[in-house]
Order: sequence, then structure tokens, then C-alpha cells
Amino acid sequence: MKPSTLSPWDKVQLARHPRRPHTLDYVRALCEDFIELHGDRRYGDDAAIVAGLARFANRTVVIVGHQKGNDARENVRRNFGMARPEGYRKALRVFRLAEKFGFPLICFIDTPGADPSMESEERGQGNAIAENILALAGLRVPIVACIIGEGGSGGALALGVADRLLMLEHAIYSVAAPEAAASILWRDASKAPEAASAMKITAQDQYDLGIVDEIIPEPDGGAHTDAATTAAATGKALHTAIDELAVLPIDELLQRRYTRYRAIGRFQEHQPRLLDLRSPPLPFKES
Amino acid sequence: MKDLFRRTPKRFTAARIESQAIPDNMWVKCPSCGDLIYTRQFSDNLKVCKCGYHMRLTAREWLGLLDDGSFVEFDAALAPVDALGFVSPRHVYAQKLSESQEQTGLNDALVTGSGAIEGMPLCLAVTEFEFIGGSMGSAFGERLARAIERAVDMRVPLVTINASGGARQEEGTLALLQMAKVNMALTRLAAVGQPHIAILVDPCYGGVLASYTSVADVIIAEPGARIGFAGRRVIEQTIRQKLPAHFQTAEFLLSHGMIDMVTPRSELRSVLAILLRLFRDTPGRVIDRQHAPALARAQG
Repeated sequence: MKPSTLSPWDKVQLARHPRRPHTLDYVRALCEDFIELHGDRRYGDDAAIVAGLARFANRTVVIVGHQKGNDARENVRRNFGMARPEGYRKALRVFRLAEKFGFPLICFIDTPGADPSMESEERGQGNAIAENILALAGLRVPIVACIIGEGGSGGALALGVADRLLMLEHAIYSVAAPEAAASILWRDASKAPEAASAMKITAQDQYDLGIVDEIIPEPDGGAHTDAATTAAATGKALHTAIDELAVLPIDELLQRRYTRYRAIGRFQEHQPRLLDLRSPPLPFKES
Repeated sequence: MKDLFRRTPKRFTAARIESQAIPDNMWVKCPSCGDLIYTRQFSDNLKVCKCGYHMRLTAREWLGLLDDGSFVEFDAALAPVDALGFVSPRHVYAQKLSESQEQTGLNDALVTGSGAIEGMPLCLAVTEFEFIGGSMGSAFGERLARAIERAVDMRVPLVTINASGGARQEEGTLALLQMAKVNMALTRLAAVGQPHIAILVDPCYGGVLASYTSVADVIIAEPGARIGFAGRRVIEQTIRQKLPAHFQTAEFLLSHGMIDMVTPRSELRSVLAILLRLFRDTPGRVIDRQHAPALARAQG
């Protein structure tokens, strides 16, 4: 891969480009017989997440992805790809469907983060994301996820625990959207470019950190300049990944998934600092 | 104003009380009702004001929940590193780390260990909010995952006490992915039929809520604790209006079906003891066959 001359903030702009291909563009380009499934069977149907059954590379697969709009009106309907709890619960229902019938799961990630609204909080946004992470951790089918645009925070991870994680060359993956991180760290969302650079959010950084397994090249100028070529490269990478995972016995696959996530993180073990227990803790026993 | 209040409790840590006689430390002002409370009495009352305000505790203070002398700390040497080389014009993560270590005497924002309540063994994980807002980075995640795996090996329940702002931004996606790591470990706890009881204390937000705490088998919150995924400031900026005061409180979450109970601090130990006794009978304890990942689906 050619070394990138783009700054992390340039990549943020590319990842958010309004004409960048979104989940349904990839589905249309790569799959036959896509049938979209709707609703979480509990509350509603969230257009910020699409899910369905499809034929991909001579297999039935289950596809789940964040969906942004291609224009302002559709973006409002899709909530800019920011899913609400019912979106994550639709995803969860469809994860279970994949498991029930043994279909491989493909997730497309493209979200600035989970929807931060009063309604989403009331309906348990944190719980909805947590349940998905837990379900994917133990799901008994191969899972391949691909970050096609923005991979923002827990909202991305709720579709992103996978046996293989692919990432487009100019996509980003971050613990929080750069604006949100700047707001959390410095109470100043306008410092987003600094946060973007400090947090190492590019595909190349994520590959070096061992979080992403493979970078899918984009055409010069970005995915939106040649959506067909980008989709073809993505399809090829997905096809290879699924073929490799599908031959593994399921218990071995789950063991590998466990080991993979268990190993993520950087820490040291040199100097012990034990909790000082000399002064008495609070007297809970007397109450 | 809020900051002024927030700083007040720091001057009255239990350790300082022992060193006595600075008149300044004799009284605590309740941030909620403004009453002055005699410090010794306040500690005896588990730092709960007569008005019901539950002041945040340090990790060390929380250990009073356990049987005396039962706590054995795990992984005290496990410490964070600045893996991203996080430097911004505003702060340097490596420096923030050493300052927090100095200030708290801890390596990171989570303390783990084994202990017992009324003689019943368990593994415990307690956050230290004073350490970068109790945020979860690699060291936090690793400590918690190891504590969960020890609970699996020991066949004992896991109790977590959680006050956290969420994932540690300075560790980027390495912090984010700890959410996956700890939930991964929880599938094994489920497979051996041991419960996770989560206690949510003020404040409990972001990645800590959206991973292990909100999928616990029993979720207990302290009265008045603020709990949520997105912070109030972010939501107010998004909807451009003020949120009602009770929004994201423990009582609010209870009424929306998101937690099991709101329990005053004075009753916490006895409620935990009852729960541990009830879970001891679980037939799930016999399902383990080498806690194979195959059994992780017991969770679902």
C-alpha cells in the first residue's frame, strides 16, 4: 500500500464524504437476492441500521450494517447512521437468525456513533450496545465486519465484534467521533482535528495496532470516485475471509475469537501499587 | 459552582481523618442540601447525608463491603502505558497517568481481588473515579478480564462496583475494544453458571455502561446515581434544550426498566449477602464442561 499523504483530519472528511458508498450500495453491488428484514419485534424499525438475508459468493449470508443517507432528506430519515436502541435490537434479532440457520454474518460499519438523544437513553442505549457485543462474542457462525466509512465508538462496536475485521483505506475507527472526543477531553468540539490526529484513527494506524486484519485499497481520490472498483475489492476481501472462516469447526472459531479479543490492549507489569489497607475502610458491617 | 462542590470531598478522604485535628477536616458540607456534617459521623454513616445524598467513595472505602481482612488484591503491578503516544496541545497522557498514580497511589482506575461477604467467596472489581474519571483503558480491561477468568476458575460470583466516565479517550480504539474483551470473558462466567452482580454508583457512563455493567445478571444502583450512555452535555448540545433534573438518575432508569433496584448504601451489604446466598443454589453450576466456548451460548 502506498504511504498516505492525507492527514487524519483529511481522512475524516473522506470517510464522511456525502457521495461515499454506503452499506446498501455494497449490498447492491455484491449480492443477489437481497431481502431486507425490518423491525426489532419489540419497539420499532430503525432506518439507521439495515439488515437482511442475501446471496453472496454462492452462500446465503446475513447482512447487517449502519446506513447513512445519500442526501439531506434521506440522512434525516436514516438519522445520519446513528442507530437507536431499536436499531441495535433489530441487529441482535438478525444475529440470532444467522446463528439459528448457520449463515455467515457480514457487518458493514459506518456510523459517527450511537444516537445521543433522550429517547435513546430512555430505551436503554447502553444496554442495547452491550447486548450486541455479548451476543457477537458467542455467536456460533463466522462473522466478518468491514468498516466502510466511519467507525465511531460503541455504536460501531455493536456491529463490530468479528472473526475478521476489514477496513477501507480511507475509513476511520475511533473510540469516539473526533468532535465527541475533543468535547470529552477538552470541552471543546472545535478541537476535533487535534483529537483525530492524537487518537490514531486511520486504517493504517488500526492495522499497526493489530485491531484491523486487512486494509482494502480505495481508488485514488477515495471510494466515491469509483464505487464499482471499491465494491469489487471489498467483495473479494469478504469472499476470501468467509471462505477461510467457514472451514473451521465452530468451537475452534469461537476459541480463536476469544483469544483474539482477549489479546487486545497494551499494558505493563513492573511496579506493584497495592491498595493501602492500613486505615480502615468504611463501616458497612454496622449498618 | 459544580466544580467547587466536586472538590469538597477530596479534602475529607478517610486517610486524612485518621491524621486528625486540622479544624478544616472536622466538618463536611453536603453538596446536595448544604448542611454541615461532623466528619466522623459522616464516615460512620457511610458518607450518606441525612438528606439522602450519597457521596462518591474511593475504591478503598468500598472494600468495607467485604468481610474484614478477606480482600486479596489481584494484578497490582498491571499498569497502563501510553500506547498511542497521545500528545495534544492541551495535555500529555503519559504525564496525566503519572500524576493520577501519584495522587491515588494506584496503578490504574480499577482495583480487583478476591474476598468474601458473610463468608461467601467472590471476585470483586471496584473502579477508582479519582483516577482519570474511572475510565476504562487497556489496563482496566485486562484487570477486569483476569478477575472474571479467576471467578470462572474459582467458580465464584463476580461483583463489580462502577463509577466511570466510560472508555479512556487517550487510548483510542485500544480502550474501545476493552468493551469486547470484558464481555468476551463474561461469556465464560455465564458458561460456568456464576452470576455477575453490578452496582452502579454516581456517575456510570459510556463504554462501562455499554459493556459489562448493563448485561449483569442483577443490576443495583445507588439512590440518585447518574447513569447513561451519552453524557448530559452531549445530549443537551444535540437537542438544544435543558434536560429534566431526574433524567438519567437511578430512579429514572428503574422506572424505565433498565435496572433491578435502587438500594441505599446502608442496605447494600445485606442485599448482596442475600443475593449471593440465593445464587449459591443455582443448578447452572453443574453445566460446566471445561467452560468450553460452546457453552457460552448459555448466555443467549
